[in-house]
Amino acid sequence: MSAATARLGRRSPRRDVIRERRTWLSLPASYLIILIVLAIAIAPMLYMIVGGFSTTAQLNADPNALPHPWVWSNYAAIATSSIFWQALANSVVVAVVATGLALTLGAMAAFALSRYTFRGREALYVLFVVGLLFPLNTAALPLFLLLQQIGLNDNLFGVALPEAAFALPVTIVILRPFMRAIPGELEDAAIVDGASRIRFFLRILLPLSRPALITVGILAFVTSWNAYLLPLVVFSSQDHYTLPLAVANFQSTYTQDTARVYAFTAVSMIPALAIFVFAQRKLVGGLVGAIRG
Amino acid sequence: MARTQSAPVAGRETESPRPATAGARPPKTRRGLRKRVELTALLAPAIVLFIGFVIVPMVFAAWYSLYNWSGFGPLNDFIGVQNYTGVLTGPVFHQALLHNVIIAVLSLVIQLPVSIGLALLLNRRVRGRTFLRLAVFAPFVLSEATAAVMWYELLQPGGPLDALLKAVGLGGLVHYWLASTSLVLYSVFVVATWKYIGFGIVLLLAGLQGIPPELREAAAIDGATPWQVTRAITLPLLGPTIRIWIFLSVIGSLQLFDLVWIMTLGGPANASSTMLTYQYTNGVQRTQFGYGATVSVVLFVISLVFALAYQRFALRRDTAGALTRAVL
Repeated sequence: MSAATARLGRRSPRRDVIRERRTWLSLPASYLIILIVLAIAIAPMLYMIVGGFSTTAQLNADPNALPHPWVWSNYAAIATSSIFWQALANSVVVAVVATGLALTLGAMAAFALSRYTFRGREALYVLFVVGLLFPLNTAALPLFLLLQQIGLNDNLFGVALPEAAFALPVTIVILRPFMRAIPGELEDAAIVDGASRIRFFLRILLPLSRPALITVGILAFVTSWNAYLLPLVVFSSQDHYTLPLAVANFQSTYTQDTARVYAFTAVSMIPALAIFVFAQRKLVGGLVGAIRG
Repeated sequence: MARTQSAPVAGRETESPRPATAGARPPKTRRGLRKRVELTALLAPAIVLFIGFVIVPMVFAAWYSLYNWSGFGPLNDFIGVQNYTGVLTGPVFHQALLHNVIIAVLSLVIQLPVSIGLALLLNRRVRGRTFLRLAVFAPFVLSEATAAVMWYELLQPGGPLDALLKAVGLGGLVHYWLASTSLVLYSVFVVATWKYIGFGIVLLLAGLQGIPPELREAAAIDGATPWQVTRAITLPLLGPTIRIWIFLSVIGSLQLFDLVWIMTLGGPANASSTMLTYQYTNGVQRTQFGYGATVSVVLFVISLVFALAYQRFALRRDTAGALTRAVL
């Protein structure tokens, strides 16, 4: 991805002239379409944020008027109530545990699967690859039954552990080719210098794999952050609700108070959008790398 | 397997080549023992987690599906395949499955062409390209729950969308977006498109960047029209990316739950039900866990059959084709 971008950046201006002339859509028409698409993508989110500054009475009178006057009370009420902060904390705990486990165990397994030769290696790899086909949602109900048996129901770890397990396939599938591509001479040199293989893994291979680790880390984190069905069946007490559950629950609790629901929805978008802005380049690049790899 | 084993993996194996039979016997050297210990320590945790939380639940589900079971107390009401006949012959399940299929087909015939068009557009050197890419991708990072709550509010009768339509003189278009049985599935589809199209666009943009510009330029210099260049060069070379998109889209359509459940609960009158909302209503809410587990198994088998068939007939070319390998 980054190599491709660099190549695009260095393209000579003369070529661009050729390209620009040879298109089937005029430039103004392109801009018009782009503007429409942009509006459709962004407007609903902006609407929630701005609507949160209205009162419900204002919204009932005219849903599309700007707030007049702008009121802070909806946002203030959310910022001072425990519902949002509790759900945020729960989401953070679940996502951090799930991501940490998937990264640690996934990297160890990918190391073994990429730099050791042993009987059954490819079969084991295929087992993990097959796991790619099944999103967590398929298994939510069976998982709920399993968690009930082992006493992890209504427990943050009861959600984090399955999420980590379901994140393992994509972690291993992305990390293995990456680790494989690191030259064997490095390993030979480390071993000649007296390092064990494990030491080579910890001190050399892991730091070199950082780009891939960041990608799979973000993927696991975002998947966990957005999960809805598994938490829905596993958590029975509202104290354990993660952010997606809290948003849906808030809406059904305050059906009549539209402005408050807008504000809560707007606030719940902030963490995801912040992660995205912070990590977008790596996430998008990594996704592409994963699919090509 | 034997071939894989003996194939040296570029300088990894520092030991001298072992005799051909050594692989079958447990290694006796200290070095071999050490390797075994290392491998166990590295692989065991991942295997345990994966088997424990991915494989075991599916095996349990297959077992529970043979019982009439409320999820509590012992499994003692064995009913054989009765749950399967119940699911597979029930008109309500057929309806749910049909809705999944409709969403998948609509994605293919509407989302895919729109994504390709927008990706081609955004691949041009337009002003603010980076920002635009970020903007179309933003809905994808919101959780399904947030997106669903948001659109539920926007689509309320007399809500923001209706008011907007009236304000621009299109009041005749106002409908019960989520309460009309004939419309609700399409409303859900539009919301799903809003949510997921950015992912497709970014994927296709990456595919476009992998196509060497020289190919298009050479064709253009040879007198091909822009449309010919797109149809004969860009689209075929985008093939592998498009096939991956189709795979992800169909699997996603089969698993649709969060958006539907929050916006409509699968209603009104099951008009927007999917296999997973069917499972939630009939398995979880009615505590018929044997029956719910049956739906899991059926969904699992449908996904698996699709995945294997698709792998066999569509994706295979991508791993076999020398040209695609050179380009991607």
